[in-house]
Amino acid sequence: MITPKNLDEALTLLADRAAGWKPCAGGTDLMVLFEAGKLNHTKFVNIAALTELHGIEERSDAIEIKALTTYTDILKHATIQREFPSLVTAAALTGAVAIQNRGTIGGNIVNASPAADSPPALLAYDAQVELISVKGVRRLAYADFHKGYKQMDLQPGELLKSVLLPRTHAELHHYYRKVGTRRAQAISKVCFCGVVEREDRIKNIRIALGSVAPIPLRARRTETFLIGKQLSSKIIDEAKKIIDQEISPIDDIRSTAKYRRRVTQNLLEEFLCGTGSTN
Amino acid sequence: MAENAIGQSVVRREGREKVTGQAKYVDDLSFPGMIFGATVRSSVPRGRIRTISFEGTIPWNEFVIVTAKDVPGKNIVALIEHDQPYLADGMVNHPEEAIVLLAHPDKYLLEEARRHVRIEIDPLPAIFTIEDSLAQKEIVWGKDNVQKSFLIETGNMKDAWTNGHVVVEGAYETGAQEQLYIEPQGMIAVANPADGVTVRGSLQCPFYIHKALIELFALPPEKIRVIQTETGGGFGGKEEYPTIIAGHAALLAWKSGRPVKIIYDRAEDMVATTKRHPSRTKIKTAVDKQGKLTAMNIDFVIDGGAYVTLSPVVLSRGTLHSFGPYACPNVKITSKAVATNTPPHGAFRGFGAPQSLFAIERHMDRVARKVGLSPDEFRRRNFLSDGKTMPTGQIVRDGVDLSALLDRALELSHFHDKRRRFARENTTSAIKKGMGLATFMHGAGFTGSGEAYLASIVAIEATKEGIVRVLTSSTEIGQGKNTVFAQIVAETLRIPIDRIEVTMPDTAIVPNSGPTVASRTAMVVGGLVAEAAKNLKELLKKKDIHFPVKVTAQYQQPKDISFDDKTYRGDAYGTYAWAVYVAEVSVDTVTYEAHVDDFVAVQEIGKVLNPTLASGQIEGGVAQAIGMVLYEKVEWKEGRMVNGQMTNYIMPTSVDVPPIRVFFEGVPYRHSPTGAKGIGELPMDGPAPAILNAIEDAIGVSINKIPCLPEDILEAMERSRA
Repeated sequence: MITPKNLDEALTLLADRAAGWKPCAGGTDLMVLFEAGKLNHTKFVNIAALTELHGIEERSDAIEIKALTTYTDILKHATIQREFPSLVTAAALTGAVAIQNRGTIGGNIVNASPAADSPPALLAYDAQVELISVKGVRRLAYADFHKGYKQMDLQPGELLKSVLLPRTHAELHHYYRKVGTRRAQAISKVCFCGVVEREDRIKNIRIALGSVAPIPLRARRTETFLIGKQLSSKIIDEAKKIIDQEISPIDDIRSTAKYRRRVTQNLLEEFLCGTGSTN
Repeated sequence: MAENAIGQSVVRREGREKVTGQAKYVDDLSFPGMIFGATVRSSVPRGRIRTISFEGTIPWNEFVIVTAKDVPGKNIVALIEHDQPYLADGMVNHPEEAIVLLAHPDKYLLEEARRHVRIEIDPLPAIFTIEDSLAQKEIVWGKDNVQKSFLIETGNMKDAWTNGHVVVEGAYETGAQEQLYIEPQGMIAVANPADGVTVRGSLQCPFYIHKALIELFALPPEKIRVIQTETGGGFGGKEEYPTIIAGHAALLAWKSGRPVKIIYDRAEDMVATTKRHPSRTKIKTAVDKQGKLTAMNIDFVIDGGAYVTLSPVVLSRGTLHSFGPYACPNVKITSKAVATNTPPHGAFRGFGAPQSLFAIERHMDRVARKVGLSPDEFRRRNFLSDGKTMPTGQIVRDGVDLSALLDRALELSHFHDKRRRFARENTTSAIKKGMGLATFMHGAGFTGSGEAYLASIVAIEATKEGIVRVLTSSTEIGQGKNTVFAQIVAETLRIPIDRIEVTMPDTAIVPNSGPTVASRTAMVVGGLVAEAAKNLKELLKKKDIHFPVKVTAQYQQPKDISFDDKTYRGDAYGTYAWAVYVAEVSVDTVTYEAHVDDFVAVQEIGKVLNPTLASGQIEGGVAQAIGMVLYEKVEWKEGRMVNGQMTNYIMPTSVDVPPIRVFFEGVPYRHSPTGAKGIGELPMDGPAPAILNAIEDAIGVSINKIPCLPEDILEAMERSRA
């Protein structure tokens, strides 16, 4: 492992494809693989100390969370607490305190686990991501970033630079629920994050899920169906059917596809019923 | 402090060293020239070994390699039956069975080498479930797969099922559970023909290892030495298994002439070592119009795994607890330990009793429902009490008042108030709450004539400097034995507790006071320690004493306790601890997660020697049992545990465990000089049925199988709706 002096040096190293360098940030996923003897890659660029990738910046239109921001940093940030509470909840439910101190938001994204805790919140808040390489910076919607299981729109030599959360003055109802194998230090079996703006009818709604598809998933068809609707038990039942078609959970060592389907539907109902009175 | 040392919460003696990191565990030790050992294991559940080859670009000439043909004595793990080899020779009978041992100074190269040993095995058909073993789908052990069976019969079963009695039948299942001691298993061996064999490590029973190594190396007893190192938990997992690692390390040391250290990592420890026996119990009972049990027919079966190990004794304890703390005139109990091609199941806190008590205590709740009595009232009408007879013919003489324990538990938990309130509130809430209870007993000390056969000896030494040394083979495994033994001696001799040393077990120094199992240490060995201390006190009254002096005490079976091992009748245990546990549980119908919200544990355990340690035993046991019920599920595939990682095998954290409220009643045991009874295993028995009884109270669904995870609750709710 080598430690570059600055971001430029790191990007130059990563740009040399023949050399085969990979980045290592907080290391909370890599070290587990290493200990288990399952980390085959041996050449790492230690990016943990790169100041260019640290910090949270508040702008009028968005909050920029740089990639090396830790869960603990997010937990403590007053504006994020106020405007993006589900991201704070996700950070608080990730690993244990030691992991929260060490693990980074960027690492959580590019590790590309469908069971990661923060991606559903980022998707529900309509985040954008910025990627940087020696060629420059590009920006894309986070919802377009995950392409398939462990596949991302991330070119060789590119680093995740930051996550941007658009700010809004709308009155939102926030819902985040992680259903893990236990109440703490757990990997999720189903993770559900919802944001809704509602007057009489649903004006705007975003729903995102973890652990029920190969990627962290935006439930766009369910959202489209619900926008403009007045909530009733019939509408909720319909929405549950749609979300069930959108997800593709599997049986694995932590849970069953059947459980994940049922719980996803139940969580959708709990989220929608919690937004105010239903007819 | 010298006065009344017993009954005080004396601080754990080795606690400071443990929490400050100064305690030396086996992996902290090193010896000049020491090398590391690793085990190459079977990849298939059953088959015939064809070839073993050493491949890759590994410098094999640098390695010490041991196979079955290198065993100097008998290639058997001497325990109950002589069916288990130290290293598979020809046949393998379970996944992860040890076949080849390797040693090398470089740990990392060793690991690389382990992956390059190729063992070709011609597979044979294997079986993995109790049902397949009973059906003899394949004979994998002996002539009929049955490793041990028992029959207990009393009264007349024929007429008991008639006369308008309410008959209820049920089947109950329990799964495997991993002990998950904090320190994985490990041993260091020094062995050569001149000096014999010395092993040090993490263990519960030094003389079990001593006995087995005598056979493995064909050496006289004095040439084998077993020393305990600081041990990070056992829970039964370090009862019989360390004998295997000790033998493996010693075989490598014997061949190489160098000290050899074998330490399992968590993954190897979880997949290769013993777990709690899975079980299934079928119960049929009849109850008369007065709500009294008139007949019980119990069929209890445990999965022993590929070799017998301790399964007969686990089966025995399970069988002798299967009827619960109830009186019934007509009882028939049949039980079996059957073989499968999984790694042998073994000792785990409770030792068969949690399995069979789960069944009877779930069953009692179901019967109460059927006869229209509350769960407490139905039990109360059937409680054993002094003078009443157990199905073994044992007459209860503990001075126990289960009804009073029950009253106290009901009151402390607000059982009836809460049940009524929850029934009302559950109709409008997504979170359903319920109350459940279990009443049970746990026999203290070895089963049947076990203590008489063991005839444990303890010794106490006094030096000129005024130090008193307690010599036993009982191991400190986190339960507080060092502290309690010191308290017992301080109380008897009226000396300050810091003048007392409790020696770390070393078979070259300590007498055989038996294994550290069966909730026997405080009660049986502690009693002997008190007796030896009394002998020392008498001796010290004499003149002209030449220090150091040493006194001993040996176990003598009390005259009023007898058990017939052939007919399985008599006093199965000298005494029992008795308990009533109440669980308050909520089930979230959005996620099907069950959570224990409050737990009341009321028990009668004789004289409480150290209240903090005793409460700690109960709290720890209840937490471990909550794990067994709601979180810990061993996922099996072809006889192999596939979730051998702590991220996938889920144990509860502090936020998953409720406040555990512990209350003691103390009726001193008449045959123990200290009045203490067994306590260590008791808390493992009651939580499982109490929690599932509470789940049924909450959601109205009867679940008779543990572990019971959210996925299982979903399935059960759907089945009951269908």
